[in-house]
Amino acid sequence: MDEVKVMNKEKLLEVRNLKKYFETKKGLLHAVDDVNFFINKGETLGVVGESGCGKSTTGRVVLRLLEATEGEIFFEGQDIRTFNKQQMRNMRKEMQIVFQDPFASLNPRMSIAEIISEPLIVNKVFKDKKDRINRVKELMETVGLAERLTNAYPHELDGGRRQRIGIARALALKPKFIVQDEPVSALDVSIQAQILNLMGDLQKEFDLTYMFISHDLSVVKHVSDRIAVMYLGKIVELSEYNVMFRDPLHPYTQALLSAIPVPRIDVKRERILLEGDVPSPINPPEGCRFYGRCRHRQSMCKDVTPELREVAPERFVACHFAGNLKPASE
Amino acid sequence: MEKKKLLEIKDLAIHYITVDGVVKAVQDMYLEINEGETLGLVGETGAGKTTTALGIMQLVPDPPGKIVSGEVIFEGSNLIGKSQGELRKIRGNEISMIFQDPMTSLNPVMTVGEQIAEVIRLHQNLSPQEALNKANEMLLKVGIPAGRAKEYPHQFSGGMRQRVVIAIALACNPKLLIADEPTTALDVTIQAQVLELMKKLKTELNTSMIMITHDLGIVAEVCDKVAIMYAGNVIEYTDKVQLFTSPKHPYTVGLFNSIPDIESDVERLKPIKGLMPDPTNLPSGCPFHPRCDKAMPSCSKRVPKNTEVAPGHFVKCLLYEEGVEK
Repeated sequence: MDEVKVMNKEKLLEVRNLKKYFETKKGLLHAVDDVNFFINKGETLGVVGESGCGKSTTGRVVLRLLEATEGEIFFEGQDIRTFNKQQMRNMRKEMQIVFQDPFASLNPRMSIAEIISEPLIVNKVFKDKKDRINRVKELMETVGLAERLTNAYPHELDGGRRQRIGIARALALKPKFIVQDEPVSALDVSIQAQILNLMGDLQKEFDLTYMFISHDLSVVKHVSDRIAVMYLGKIVELSEYNVMFRDPLHPYTQALLSAIPVPRIDVKRERILLEGDVPSPINPPEGCRFYGRCRHRQSMCKDVTPELREVAPERFVACHFAGNLKPASE
Repeated sequence: MEKKKLLEIKDLAIHYITVDGVVKAVQDMYLEINEGETLGLVGETGAGKTTTALGIMQLVPDPPGKIVSGEVIFEGSNLIGKSQGELRKIRGNEISMIFQDPMTSLNPVMTVGEQIAEVIRLHQNLSPQEALNKANEMLLKVGIPAGRAKEYPHQFSGGMRQRVVIAIALACNPKLLIADEPTTALDVTIQAQVLELMKKLKTELNTSMIMITHDLGIVAEVCDKVAIMYAGNVIEYTDKVQLFTSPKHPYTVGLFNSIPDIESDVERLKPIKGLMPDPTNLPSGCPFHPRCDKAMPSCSKRVPKNTEVAPGHFVKCLLYEEGVEK
């Protein structure tokens, strides 16, 4: 029954063989390296991973805020990488982003009303100024900002309220798709919960599709329908959120999930401690990127790069030995 | 078996006197730590966790900070009122501190080996060479090859830098280690490594620890006792098991409800309503009452007293106080 439902779902965004390399003095930095995924209409795809894994770069490349080095990005069936400036400008109304740092992403010299109305002005949405002011009012109400704050400036507000401004600004043009780049990471837990609830409500109300980028696995599990785990520019595992947390297949996902400190004392979990740090993404060698830290590495892992393959319906893993892990042979 | 008391905080109050008014950063604080014990100090931004730590170390910046009242009794003697000379012998030697950001707490133009040796030479009568040898030992203890002693902080990753900071903090074998959000800047898998290391060394050296954190997951993992802070007050103080199995204060309960639970599925979180109060203008009565879903009329009028609801379980909430109209 569930499978039928999944099959009938419409893809809003699909990414094929996406690559983003940066030239550095030390060599080519593989920030995003051959990534494939899709996001269905109305769902939330969580993207998790540690610093430097390429999750934020992926979010920006998908929106063409950064130009991809290679690959295709289909939004509602159209490859937006082939779009010219004017086409892209129209398309941007459909796809928006909310940034991590509500302190750095708002212009300190603009009032709240000005910040929220800027996308409406740039895109000439309203001829009449009155309509625009009404729309700003409506947006502020939608995200739970009191009307008295209309003429306040960002520095007068706390992090939670600032993030509400960022969300209102992203909603202004009635987008279909929003990239949420660590939207609650800078907030205290009690405020974080308020913002997560708000984003859930908005998603239902406006039928939004989210790509939710975060390093916080409990938050990602809470908001996502499906989750993609990234490591050094690659997606190593992608599956439905419950499936992933119940039975992670990739050794990295297993270690990552086991490392979360759980605020409970009745649950005993086995912790897999990884050795060492994430290696440099500059000129990475052939073979599995996780090779050096993997407890289950075999000789072939060093030379052959594992592809992301479907090991069960809707479960994708990039590990040669997924489902059949043995202790390291060397 | 009665454990030996190492640190006792009595009636501590620390204020910051600013042009906007007086910030009561810490008020009416009572805490105790026994030898070998770990106390978790939990709260959100501005709750007064770091000020408490600075208060123990006698490092509250003055001005604008002032220790208004109270005692900090460490091994039987009050640290408040000690001379700078006496304090210098204690800081880094008997009480040391780890900060959140390892990059800003290390000297960028000094090798890590020298930085560890510096503390050792300051507190122990050793030759430079002996101190460096001891520094190498410390590096090994925190899992860094001694060969890297000649490297500079920028050559280390975030997790490795925090290991260096831990090595400095533990170099003189202190009795008390204050760790202020030591893993907040680190990735989860690195955080797991560092926490594991701290737990191991703490047991090995029988160090007591104050772990300042906003993460109840870390509390569950490393702490024996917990103090939850809100707006300068310890609003709940008990052992870990009590806190996790029967939290009493509505704020503590609210905190638990705000965290997405990884072990179960909830559609909606139940956040605490409203925002942290302005520290220069705290609400009357209980500072939490405007956000509390159990608030009663008396909550805005009376300041709740520290009430022992079960042996060793203290709560500052009128719901548990006797003689209050409910």
